[in-house]
Amino acid sequence: MTTAVRSSSVELRDIHVSFGTLEVLRGVDLRVESGRTTCVIGPSGSGKSTLLRCVNRLQEPDSGDLLLDGESVIRSDPDALRQRVGMVFQHFNLFGHRSVLDNIVLPLRSVKKLGKEEAAEIARARLAEVGLADKAPYRPSALSGGQQQRVAIARALAMDPEVMLFDEATSALDPELVKGVLNLMAGLAERGLTLIVVTHEMGFARSVADEVAFMDAGRIVEQGPPAKIFDEPQSPRLQRFLSQVL
Amino acid sequence: MEQFFDTFLNWEYIWQVFPDLLKTGLLNTLILAVTSALIGTVLGMVLAVMGLSTKVWLRWPARVYTDIFRGLPAILTILVIGQGLGTLARDVVGTNPYPLGILALSLIAAAYIGEIFRSGIQSVDKGQLEASRALGMSYSKAMLLVIIPQGVRRVLPALVNQFIALIKDSSLVYFLGLLSEQRELFRIGQDLAANTGNLSPLVAAGFVYLVITVPLTHLVNYIDKKLRTGRKVRADEPGEGDELDLVASGKVSS
Repeated sequence: MTTAVRSSSVELRDIHVSFGTLEVLRGVDLRVESGRTTCVIGPSGSGKSTLLRCVNRLQEPDSGDLLLDGESVIRSDPDALRQRVGMVFQHFNLFGHRSVLDNIVLPLRSVKKLGKEEAAEIARARLAEVGLADKAPYRPSALSGGQQQRVAIARALAMDPEVMLFDEATSALDPELVKGVLNLMAGLAERGLTLIVVTHEMGFARSVADEVAFMDAGRIVEQGPPAKIFDEPQSPRLQRFLSQVL
Repeated sequence: MEQFFDTFLNWEYIWQVFPDLLKTGLLNTLILAVTSALIGTVLGMVLAVMGLSTKVWLRWPARVYTDIFRGLPAILTILVIGQGLGTLARDVVGTNPYPLGILALSLIAAAYIGEIFRSGIQSVDKGQLEASRALGMSYSKAMLLVIIPQGVRRVLPALVNQFIALIKDSSLVYFLGLLSEQRELFRIGQDLAANTGNLSPLVAAGFVYLVITVPLTHLVNYIDKKLRTGRKVRADEPGEGDELDLVASGKVSS
């Protein structure tokens, strides 16, 4: 894998999001240093995914600020922001009507305005990075879930993001396919890309994350290095959560 | 029995009407149906995209248009537009009922096709739009490159059905009174049937309709089945290789 990456810090300040009367995020602050990996854990419905979607403004916060590389991007052009922040989804969301290669070529051409040849070249290189060079001509549906997710990661990486968001990227995978995707994510962390990872994989959070944030009921309840979070949980809610998942 | 054959299958009349049916009737029916299908498809796509907009001032007119044109009998719309516009806007559209018939058929088709497109686009998984937006595509780019191509694919059978309906409905321009060389299949059959007092020319016209529509219905079934059972594997793809690859890639990644 190539090593040179340009990554940025991310900062969320006092983020509030409500769906109707339901307060999903009640004032969340989170700072992720450039090149660091933060895992967000917590029970379902705690607001993890919503928080993640605020970082690329797929979810527009009701209030609060979002800083990328120290600059506020909460009012800037969201499409420009999203070119700098890649995202990988639980259900891969590959474009079903395009080949694996075209899934990567399409955004390169339509968003980055690259030429056909250049886009195809980048796409092939990225596919090779995730070990799927031979899958270029296939439809996504011909691939296993794990392979599809690796294509989705390659597609996001091809845009040269400064930050990558992972929204339960392995939750929809068969158990035997989880490891390959997690290894790939760990490789990205090693390369110095800024990662924010919403995950239920506590093993991954413990071994790869620089910081772990535990969310419950729309707030970050506890945050710290993985050893501290997993071995010395302070709040009763985190203790209860860990006793249930570990 | 003899009377039955004489009323419906009188070869003399059928023989007499067939050249006109094929030369004039078939051509005009196809012109009417294909042209209004093309215009209706373009308008229908506009209506579908409007109907899916988050903006009320776009959604609302599309809704009203669709409700009106789907809610009226085709014959009424064709008469009102064909004759109404013919008198009202003579300077612009002229008095030739033929283009007005096409216009009326197009407007009706647009309402139905718009609903077909809308349901197709809506059936595309929400994640497709999210992924497109997350990659930095604008809403319109995502619709154009990702959502609409997938939505349209799914409703191809419904679209062909709509085209079949148009072929049949094109007979309704009969009521606008077309010139001799503008007559479509039904009119040609009906003219000779009226002159001879024998239904055989209409039966012959019906036969020509079936020659077009029956293969199309089978095309619908074929597309439908193909969409259901999944796409054909491309020539350069090993069809059965997926499972093997799973194992191989598992090794690479772990």
